[in-house]
Amino acid sequence: MDSVAEVEAAAERMTQAAGMDEDEGFRVAMAVREAAVNAVLHGNGYDPSKQISASFENNGKSLIITIADEGEGLDPEKIPDPLAPENLLRGTGRGIFLIRSFLDEVHFRQLHPGTELTLVKHLSPAADHPQHADAPQDLDTK
Amino acid sequence: MALSIATRQLDGVTILDLSGRITLGEGSVQLRDAIRDLISKGDKHILLSLGDVNYIDSSGLGELVSAFTTAKNQNADVKLLNLTKKVKDVLQVTKLYTVFDIYDDEAHAIGSFK
Repeated sequence: MDSVAEVEAAAERMTQAAGMDEDEGFRVAMAVREAAVNAVLHGNGYDPSKQISASFENNGKSLIITIADEGEGLDPEKIPDPLAPENLLRGTGRGIFLIRSFLDEVHFRQLHPGTELTLVKHLSPAADHPQHADAPQDLDTK
Repeated sequence: MALSIATRQLDGVTILDLSGRITLGEGSVQLRDAIRDLISKGDKHILLSLGDVNYIDSSGLGELVSAFTTAKNQNADVKLLNLTKKVKDVLQVTKLYTVFDIYDDEAHAIGSFK
């Protein structure tokens, strides 16, 4: 789980550098952490020979985070709705929902093998500081 | 920061004062073990004090739900006290805020078990 902590810390640094308020930064970092957990746990199945990769970009308008695993793939259409009454008391199945709730755009791409999630959070005008636009940062980690 | 759990008794209610993060791995497992231990001992009134829990992830939410359903199945109750803003935010988004009995005042929470 070290890689998850590493990705989460990078997301926190990114939201702070973008000037996001604490609540918004928390939501973005949490969504990124959930995506990293999914990649390690459900994507790679805790297989130490498989890696996850993460990239972080602030283009001045949006934060764009990409998380990829080397697993067997994920069909987002098959994920049950955790808010449905029959699922509300389930012990699992809220990760992707939280990611979608806390970000503006979530895109899934099948890599064969693996799944890539692209997470987008639009910056509000108050937090939209082009001087903070960064070159993409990449993390490759197990 | 990992999760720490302190247990105390007050007026027939077992209060778990939780501090730290309830996340996949250590925090979730600690909470699960603590709740199962109490229920196996026959405790029926369990109050989770979350005022010092600054982070919960989807796994931690799952543990709260499991604690709730495990308790119900044993005719016990698990209730929540003093949610931080971040934990409340996540419970509201996932609609779990409507599932739990949640209190801001400890005396009121303890009284609710009677």
